[in-house]
Amino acid sequence: MPKFDREGIVPAMSERAPHVGFFVTCLVDLMRPSVGFAAIKLMEDAGCRVSVPRAQTCCGQPAYNSGDRADAADIAKRVIAEFEGFDYVVLPSGSCAGMIRKHYPELFAADPKWQKRAEELSAKTFELTAFLVDVLGVANVAGTYGGTATYHDSCSGLRELGIKAQPRALLAGVDGLALVEAEKSEVCCGFGGSFCVKYPDISGAMVDAKADDIMATGADMVLAGDMGCLLNIAGRLSAKGSAIEVRHVAEVLAGIGDCPAISRRD
Amino acid sequence: MEPTSGKFTQNARRAIGDQRLQAALANFTTTFPKKRLDVIGRLPEFDALRDEGVAIKTHVQANLEFYLARFEERVSEQGGTVHWCRDASEARETILGLCRAANAKTVTKSKSMIGEEIAINEHLEAAGIEAVETDLGEYIIQIRGESPSHILVPAIHLTGPDIADTFKDKHAELPANRDLSEPEAILREARAVLREKFLTADVGLSGANMLIAETGSAVVVTNEGNADLVMNLPKTHIVLASIEKVMPTLEDAATILRLLARSATGQDITAYTTFASGPAREGETDGPQDFHVVLLDNGRTEMLANDFTDMLGCIRCGACLNHCPVYATVGGHAYGWVYSGPMGKVLTPDLLGAHKAADLPNASTFCGKCEEICPMRIPLPRMMRHWRERQFMEGKGAAAKGKSGLKLWAWMAKRPALYRMAASAAAGFLGLLGKGKGRIGRLPVPEGRTFQAQYRENAGEDQ
Amino acid sequence: MNGAREDILSAIRRAAVAPDGDPAARMADPRPNLVPARGQGTPDELLARFLSEADAAGGTFTQLASRDEIPAAAEGYLAANNQPLEIKAAPGLKNITWTQQSLLTVDFGRAEGADHVGITEAFAGIAETGTLMVLSGAENPASLNFLPDTHLVVLDTSRIVGAYEDGWALLRGENGKTGFMPRMVNWITGPSRSADIELILLLGVHGPRRLHILLIDG
Repeated sequence: MPKFDREGIVPAMSERAPHVGFFVTCLVDLMRPSVGFAAIKLMEDAGCRVSVPRAQTCCGQPAYNSGDRADAADIAKRVIAEFEGFDYVVLPSGSCAGMIRKHYPELFAADPKWQKRAEELSAKTFELTAFLVDVLGVANVAGTYGGTATYHDSCSGLRELGIKAQPRALLAGVDGLALVEAEKSEVCCGFGGSFCVKYPDISGAMVDAKADDIMATGADMVLAGDMGCLLNIAGRLSAKGSAIEVRHVAEVLAGIGDCPAISRRD
Repeated sequence: MEPTSGKFTQNARRAIGDQRLQAALANFTTTFPKKRLDVIGRLPEFDALRDEGVAIKTHVQANLEFYLARFEERVSEQGGTVHWCRDASEARETILGLCRAANAKTVTKSKSMIGEEIAINEHLEAAGIEAVETDLGEYIIQIRGESPSHILVPAIHLTGPDIADTFKDKHAELPANRDLSEPEAILREARAVLREKFLTADVGLSGANMLIAETGSAVVVTNEGNADLVMNLPKTHIVLASIEKVMPTLEDAATILRLLARSATGQDITAYTTFASGPAREGETDGPQDFHVVLLDNGRTEMLANDFTDMLGCIRCGACLNHCPVYATVGGHAYGWVYSGPMGKVLTPDLLGAHKAADLPNASTFCGKCEEICPMRIPLPRMMRHWRERQFMEGKGAAAKGKSGLKLWAWMAKRPALYRMAASAAAGFLGLLGKGKGRIGRLPVPEGRTFQAQYRENAGEDQ
Repeated sequence: MNGAREDILSAIRRAAVAPDGDPAARMADPRPNLVPARGQGTPDELLARFLSEADAAGGTFTQLASRDEIPAAAEGYLAANNQPLEIKAAPGLKNITWTQQSLLTVDFGRAEGADHVGITEAFAGIAETGTLMVLSGAENPASLNFLPDTHLVVLDTSRIVGAYEDGWALLRGENGKTGFMPRMVNWITGPSRSADIELILLLGVHGPRRLHILLIDG
């Protein structure tokens, strides 16, 4: 896939499809590629041209949150260089999008040149549902679902990026889907990256409370925009013997929900 | 009280298994956030007031010397004395000296986090002076020999029966068969016992929520009125406060007060807000003869100069504790010292030393709820990340434990081709392991091939 | 402790925090910051707000036409609440004809441990939160606000202002721009309370269990 050529003549935005650089993110890449394909489908259906830069790896958040600023900055520079040529950069993850939008500029606070590039990238980086609603104004989606679903508000998406209404607006366009709100949808699920590995007791208690809150809604399915949360929640629901389906919101919106839900049998 | 912040993980595990504590926490962490939402719902200007609070604190931090000097001048003009103390030890010695000068046998105390920070009670007791906590919650934990589990409701981890048992045990001179099954009965007994102390105390030792430079005042906020009895009845009143508490004017204090109770307890204002400005004036028949303010640094000037300056904006409202999902799971004692919850995670390593509280800044998911509701907009997750950065540089703490794994990950992340290969291998291997079940144990497994591999194949590219 | 003072102040200087504002000007001319709408209004609005906020905070009140009615109102309140008819009053309230209520015993001075009822006068009422602003002094001992079980407060409605800042302005206006602060200013909003036992609300934890405001139509 050719990279967007900034040296060539750039037609006005309204004359051509927005060129999106899709950053698939580690967890989607490794654990659930179908989310990546769903995201691409949603953006292409909305009229975008989507490219997947080959050299992408990680957004650098694990290094950043464990205090390794040096590695985080190195990784960030690569991401900036790889993606800054696109009109938009879209990620199917609130925490990774938040890393780029909110934390990349802070990483380079002492380096004006890189900070400028970080800020420019930040300005055109979006989480998937925010991109679809706030930038593209998508109102209709292809997916259908006969049943009830509840939405878990992943912390970074909610608090760093203000993602709350957007996934709900899109889900309202899914024929047959009835959304029921969980009482504590905004409370952390306890994943927190390395937190769930280092503090399994606390994380376990938190995801247990989250699972109970989801189960109390009576919904058939729980959705979110972050794979970390979804894997964590799916693991606990499964351990509790719950039949609630766990999916990434992109899958349901794109109508590819016929593949098995997270942690289900083939 | 010996800090146990170094045993956070064990403390946490014990707390999670403590059913009564979990019930108390569930009650508490549902009630306080709701009350806060209700009360700020009735004040449309709340967010704008937060911005003003931040502006005031920023201004104070930039002019701290000016305001402290002005505060001292006013206190002296009004007949009081200011004592400057560099650290906990100097503060303890100063207070003990003042108590001895007053021939004190009994000191009544109103709630003071600084008092706990410097462990003043133990110091006075060791010198043969009785130091009595008068805030009901603080009194209860004092006679139990425990530390507070929350800065506002220190005894929240206890049930009514726990407290009744404690009173029966410690107030042994009262009839053993008295009925303390109702909270009202417990209250009456506490009131009677503490009244004695209020009336006979030689020295009253209070904290201060703020100091006001313009008027040389200490501002003390309570719902019980215990601080007012501590400040009005004994011959000597000592205010203990850290230097960052100073505010420029009465108007600035009013702004902060509009944020404080609403964030703390969900009240518009507490029952009592008192501005104490020195010893009794000519003709007054009550009030102290001597008024002292002990100003404590104990690491605050250091914070002015480092990454943690924003933490000096903390008004000790406790909102971050009330909203933190980790605090809601483990309660205050797990943090092992005076300050718990998110603010405790930032302050404790600073005041005790990072090596004594290594877990604290790491035991957070960075969910950001604390920053969302902090009235002073303190970027608490960023402060915790600064601690992790320091730990990483020193090769210590929880960050270091996973260091090799994270370093390997970062190394791979800078080598895309290698990364793709490793990811594919992992996806394939894990997928094989969990084949048919969809999971390995509790963990969901990959679909089997990475996105990148599938995408490249679809596009006809090399892997 | 001079060494400590200089050490602390020089540590502050060394921190070299970026400049912000003009502290001398801020101190010389204190200005209100943002005053919420609930702290503003016409006198009628402020009176109504004061009463509803004071009520919400657990205080009670009686509206009187003049100060002459204070003794009867006090006695009526105490009798209705089964309280002893013995009051320790602030010396500033000596010129009220207490003797017209023969059942009431009134002494003047500071509060002692045995006093069940205290009465003081408020300097102002703050409508935004139904708060009484009470100043300490020889004529108005602060202990009366806290030691007795029942606290009666006299407040003239003409002294009801909107916001805390208005209370400060009144104080500076009447006592001068410097040296105006009495030994103690108490903001009192409702009776004493605590939720320390299982978050159950209890009244009269050390401070008064009852706060009753005698509002004089001013």
